[in-house]
Amino acid sequence: MTAITLQERELVAASHEHAAAAQAAEFGFWLYIMSDCVLFATLFAGYAVLSGSYAGGPTGRDLFHLPYVFVETMLLLTSSLSCGFATLALHRGERARVRRWLLVTGVLGLGFVVMEVAEFRQLILEDNGPDKSAFLSAFFALVGTHGTHVAIGLIWMAVMLVQVRIKGLTPAVAGRLERLSVFWHFLDIIWVGVFTVVYLMGAL
Amino acid sequence: MVPAHAGAETERSYRIGFLLSVVLTVLAFAVVLLGEVPRSLIVPCIVAAAAAQMLVHLSYFLHLSAAPEQRWNLLAFAFTVLIIAIVLGGSLWIMYHLHEQMMGADPMNLVSGNPHAVGHP
Amino acid sequence: MFGQLDLSAIPYGNPIIVGALGISAVLTVAVMALITHLRKWNYLWTEWLCSVDHKRIGVMYIVLSLVMLLRGFADAIMMRLQQILAVGDSFGYLPAGHYDQIFTAHGTIMVLFMAMPFLVGLMNIVVPLQIGARDVAFPFLNSVSFWLTAVGAALVMISLGVGEFSQAGWTGYPPLSETKYSPGPGVDYWIWSLQISGVGTLLTGINFLVTIVKLRAPGMTLMKMPVFVWTTLCTCVLIIVSFPALTGTLAMLTLDRYLGMHFFTNEAGGNVMMYPNLLWIWGHPEVYILILPAFGVFSEVTATFARKKLFGYTSMVYATVAITVLSFTVWLHHFFTMGAGPDVNAVFGIATMIIAVPTGLKIFNWLFTIYRGRLQFTTPVLWTLGFMVTFTIGGMAGVLLAVPPADFQLHNGLFLVAHFHNMLISGALFGYFAGYTYWFPKVFGFKLNERLGHAAFWCWEIGFYLAFMPLYLLGFLGMPRRLEHYDNHAWHVYLVIAGCGAVVILVGIILQIVQLVVSIRQRRETRDVTGDPWNGRTLEWSVSSPPPVYNFAHTPVVTGLDAFWSMKHEGGTKPGAGAPAGLIPYEAIHMPRNTGVGVAIGAASLVFGFAMVWHIWWMAIAGCLGVFIALVARSLDDDTAYLISAAEVARTEARRSPIAYETVVTGRGLAPAIPGLANPV
Repeated sequence: MTAITLQERELVAASHEHAAAAQAAEFGFWLYIMSDCVLFATLFAGYAVLSGSYAGGPTGRDLFHLPYVFVETMLLLTSSLSCGFATLALHRGERARVRRWLLVTGVLGLGFVVMEVAEFRQLILEDNGPDKSAFLSAFFALVGTHGTHVAIGLIWMAVMLVQVRIKGLTPAVAGRLERLSVFWHFLDIIWVGVFTVVYLMGAL
Repeated sequence: MVPAHAGAETERSYRIGFLLSVVLTVLAFAVVLLGEVPRSLIVPCIVAAAAAQMLVHLSYFLHLSAAPEQRWNLLAFAFTVLIIAIVLGGSLWIMYHLHEQMMGADPMNLVSGNPHAVGHP
Repeated sequence: MFGQLDLSAIPYGNPIIVGALGISAVLTVAVMALITHLRKWNYLWTEWLCSVDHKRIGVMYIVLSLVMLLRGFADAIMMRLQQILAVGDSFGYLPAGHYDQIFTAHGTIMVLFMAMPFLVGLMNIVVPLQIGARDVAFPFLNSVSFWLTAVGAALVMISLGVGEFSQAGWTGYPPLSETKYSPGPGVDYWIWSLQISGVGTLLTGINFLVTIVKLRAPGMTLMKMPVFVWTTLCTCVLIIVSFPALTGTLAMLTLDRYLGMHFFTNEAGGNVMMYPNLLWIWGHPEVYILILPAFGVFSEVTATFARKKLFGYTSMVYATVAITVLSFTVWLHHFFTMGAGPDVNAVFGIATMIIAVPTGLKIFNWLFTIYRGRLQFTTPVLWTLGFMVTFTIGGMAGVLLAVPPADFQLHNGLFLVAHFHNMLISGALFGYFAGYTYWFPKVFGFKLNERLGHAAFWCWEIGFYLAFMPLYLLGFLGMPRRLEHYDNHAWHVYLVIAGCGAVVILVGIILQIVQLVVSIRQRRETRDVTGDPWNGRTLEWSVSSPPPVYNFAHTPVVTGLDAFWSMKHEGGTKPGAGAPAGLIPYEAIHMPRNTGVGVAIGAASLVFGFAMVWHIWWMAIAGCLGVFIALVARSLDDDTAYLISAAEVARTEARRSPIAYETVVTGRGLAPAIPGLANPV
């Protein structure tokens, strides 16, 4: 113990501190994700209760286009794969590859958001907006909240693309990328619930 | 910041997870779109597929497991699932009964001889 | 340009409101003048408002809480006065709409801006010290949490002078809270105040859960943590899992109000009954969030002043965890009368009775701790004893309410009001006051005046009985809650007694203010030189009062429960692993830098919230952008920590009293020559 210099001990302590801080941040973010699950559960509960309240208006069967939703689903799912590749590149310290896969993820995610916005726009233009019935309110709120989360993820991705470019893969940047990928995968899990409960069941 | 496990193994993890997810997604859509499955089985099928796909994501993409470094994450997840089950299940049960009791043809069961009288199963 | 906001929003014509605004303005100016006179603006900004130190943030939370206690109590006095005056042909001085705003503000403020900040403040000050940590896991987020909470309180205060507050009760049930029946800005003030402070609270829950799981001193296993840390852990679990339900429910109401949706409307298929169901999924865990930290305080206080280790530690822990889980199984008891039927009501009624059991177990444990101990009747102990007797009465009232047929008679009457005030005042608030008195010397380095503390307690205790026991009777006599006028003269005398009780409590509050002033004046006589004024058992008492910014020069190595007690008396817990006594080298310590970004995020959130209330969309976007820019700027900042050199640490430690220093370094007990601190264990 006495042979180690004070400097070396401080370096070891610093790297322990970094690792501990990274672990704490990862666990803290996971807890936030858990709270977000409860938020979505509340919206799902609202949707489940109101899903039959059409107020004499159109039902899911009238409004939903399953092939369209299938394409959206594939976009999001593939973006989860590309996000995984970005994470692997991060672990290998390959800066350029991280940016490339992050960009792919972002483009696929953007495709998802564009398709969803188009769907919402179409519904509203056809006079089937969220103010028309409780069913439509619940639909727009649940699907829209998920879409908003995806959009926020895309903004976060854009910020990270810049940060990776100007700062490189520092521990702080790496930690943020890890948390972004957890966020992104979680959004895909929620989407599985959404397309099952809202679109597939709604189309029956 | 390089984790202990080798790169190749984790790449397999993402690829397998992706493939399984695609299969489960196609399965669920097919069950609904193709009309081959009897009606009463459709919902259980797609719910099972959804649950399975969520587990695939958790395991292959998020690496949630019983490993020591994941233990707190797993505990937090299990507790959250428990609460969501209570809250969702409880809400559906409560709202169904509220609807039955309060929104039917005879809320508060004022008409005698009503088969949905209070206390009737 | 300014949405729905124009000059007519300012209530010039209402003398009561103008008076209230006048008083607020005078007090604010007085405080600002004092700070200017003392030339402390720079100090206030750099050392307090920008602080990321859990001890300072904790103090700011409690300051916020005490200020809001005064506002919420003013609402209470106004209501008591109105109910004494407005019987029969007399209509008092408050019109119905104004009265409704007052009871809404009273509930909202007391639960969310008095109780929550108070308990979060205590958690902030105490938990890192009790687990042997230097700060919480995320000090920057801690600052953000505080400022978001303050912004929520600010929105409620602003509503007094710009527009109006909600008239729909602190729970905001639709359809009254929908646009059709509450078209003004009131409900929107309520919504955004809750949503913004709710984010702060969620971040606190995450912060402290991670802190407790990841930052405990070596050797402090979960079953060696102080009970207050356990109750904090469980409170955080409740926060993380319940607050999103509030967020979602309020979001749905917001969508109804702003975008004409139909979640809770009577038209187009909305389901009004869904709101209470979703709201109380948050609301019931919320009341356990309020009470668990108080239970933690009582455990600490009882053991310390009975001079005996806590009886039944393991069962206390299990009881706390049981309460945490069970609190998610009872929420329907808040709306037995909404009509789900006897089967559903019976299940939730039984669950409600079951959840009383672990609390009862705790009371027995405290009693058994005192039994064969040598209880010192300090102020914190008085608050504890008052709690034990008074809270039990309220608890029994709760078990009565848990019986659905009984609840059908008593729901929304004054029996219910008496019950929950019984729980919140003699349970939660007495616990916070006990904690405030108990940990005050640790934070400020001197004790609060004992005589004034005793006097304040007796005023609160006697005042509480006078103010609320008549309400139990009125409940049985059939008086509903939230009445600004009534015709039944038989109720009047009880309301007069209740009003007297409120005045006695007011005296108690005044005594507490006087206590603070007097204690500050007497601080040199009551200085805590050892860091351990009460002969405490847990680690916060092992550091100086106030502690250095880094808390512990050496992270202690814990060997058992009551880590400091074993340090003092059994040579157990040692500072710094493996170092020979007296020759422990100090090391440099990294601490997080203070920052104004938390304040900036708060300011941007206030702009956002205010803009949303008044439908000023460009301003709302600006607020959002402000938050986003602040976050990005923070993330690009690499210089967020600073180093305290080993020499600086040594100098700080040497400035401590030699007695305490000796204890920590050598593990030997406190000199028994200090009167009142000798002990038999």
